[in-house]
Amino acid sequence: MEKMLLKIENIYYDYKENNDLLPVLAEINISVKRGEFICIIGPSGCGKSTLFNILVGLEKPDKGRIFLKGEDITGTRGHIAYMPQRDLLFPWRTVMENVLLGVEIKKENLQKAYQEAEKLIPLFGLKGFENHYPDQLSGGMRQRAALLRTVLTHNDILALDEPFGALDALTRTTMQEWILSIQEKLDKTILFITHDIEEAILLADRIIILNGRPGRITDKLKIDLQPPRCRTDKVFVDYREKLLERLSAEDDFNKNTETSRRE
Amino acid sequence: MIKKIKNHLPVLVFFFLLILVWELAVAFFDIESWILPAPHRIIKEIIKTRSLLLRHSLRTLFESIVGLLISFITGIITGVVIFHFDILKRTFYPLLVISQTVPIVILIPLLVIWFGFGILPKILIVILACFFPAAVNTIDGLSTADNDMISLLKSMGATNWQVFTKVRVPAALPMIFSGMRISATYSVMAAVVAEWMGSDMGLGVFIVRSSNSYLTARVFAGIVFVSFFSIILFKSIDFLEKILIPWKEQKREEI
Repeated sequence: MEKMLLKIENIYYDYKENNDLLPVLAEINISVKRGEFICIIGPSGCGKSTLFNILVGLEKPDKGRIFLKGEDITGTRGHIAYMPQRDLLFPWRTVMENVLLGVEIKKENLQKAYQEAEKLIPLFGLKGFENHYPDQLSGGMRQRAALLRTVLTHNDILALDEPFGALDALTRTTMQEWILSIQEKLDKTILFITHDIEEAILLADRIIILNGRPGRITDKLKIDLQPPRCRTDKVFVDYREKLLERLSAEDDFNKNTETSRRE
Repeated sequence: MIKKIKNHLPVLVFFFLLILVWELAVAFFDIESWILPAPHRIIKEIIKTRSLLLRHSLRTLFESIVGLLISFITGIITGVVIFHFDILKRTFYPLLVISQTVPIVILIPLLVIWFGFGILPKILIVILACFFPAAVNTIDGLSTADNDMISLLKSMGATNWQVFTKVRVPAALPMIFSGMRISATYSVMAAVVAEWMGSDMGLGVFIVRSSNSYLTARVFAGIVFVSFFSIILFKSIDFLEKILIPWKEQKREEI
């Protein structure tokens, strides 16, 4: 059997407020191979971000375990690089100081990381902006800087939570092409949350559909498409139809359960 | 630089016009000097009494700066400690606010009774006036840190100390500085008022004595010095801020 880089086993999570329990995630099982690009897609409120919070150790699951290279990392931090929806670049740090944040926190060799950052900066389109402050950058550049910061935490797995969600359509398209172009060079495994179907088909090796309250994995879809993937391709369009159908089917399912609950 | 001068041009022009009107009005209405001296008389008075003024100024400046520095240090430390312990916050924050409702002027006679006419009660008054803005702005500033940034750092495995130094403190700095700026404007005023109520030296005494002798030009000379020192202290905080918060400066330049 092929060895898995990351195994998410039977995760359950309830949101607790006062004495109320609100189930957020149930029965989440995902296995990830090294080098895979996995998109997690689903409507807002299905617990995607919570899943990432659990993955990076910010929240503890009520049930279930997470294994990285066979080692149990449930509830511990610093093993998976996390990039939240907002770029969260620190305004008081220059681009260079921002991207070295993870190295600083982990007290790794700063000089070595600095050289590495210098090598990667042109690849991330930040050449000449090393000493600029985030407020002086464009939206796309900020996002690339945030991604470089994530990469430089030196974890094998990057958990990216809608990294391009706040960008305009044009910048978004260039960023999608760009991330594909660098993924191979960086040798990283990527978990990528999105609610954009086309983005998922464009980027992913596998798509995981999360749905409902509590969020469950309702479908998995392997994307067999050779790069460069083109939005107008027949196969691409077929995938889109298929995904749309499955997502909307889930919607009906939700509505039904909700009405039955009300009754 | 040219842009800077251009920015300040309106206020400078207005200021000089005001002085001019004052000068002309005093001459036109033939106002007696002990009621309202003309600006040129005030300048003359400053030159005439400069050594006396300087001696009194040194005392006032000493009281203000020492009081201010003590306020900054104790205020910021108090702010940090209170921020970290919820029980302290709930105990002392309301007391701090209530303490501000007591007019400082009322405390001066008390401090004179307890500590005499020397430097100590003046410094205490300056501290009473300047401590509060420094402490409260520190507490508020530390609470402004972005929770998502803190989560991000924690996801990298950051310790609480790292969260404090790398997010909370830099996020708080702008607010701490605005507190310090408020303190700086209070400090000279507080020292002067304290001297007013009884002292052997200082600009406050200088002004009271001059006013008792109807040397009105001297009173104005004292006022000029008091506001000059206030501006100097205020500007030094600005200068310090530019050095310590360079990212804010960059943003300003962009705009």
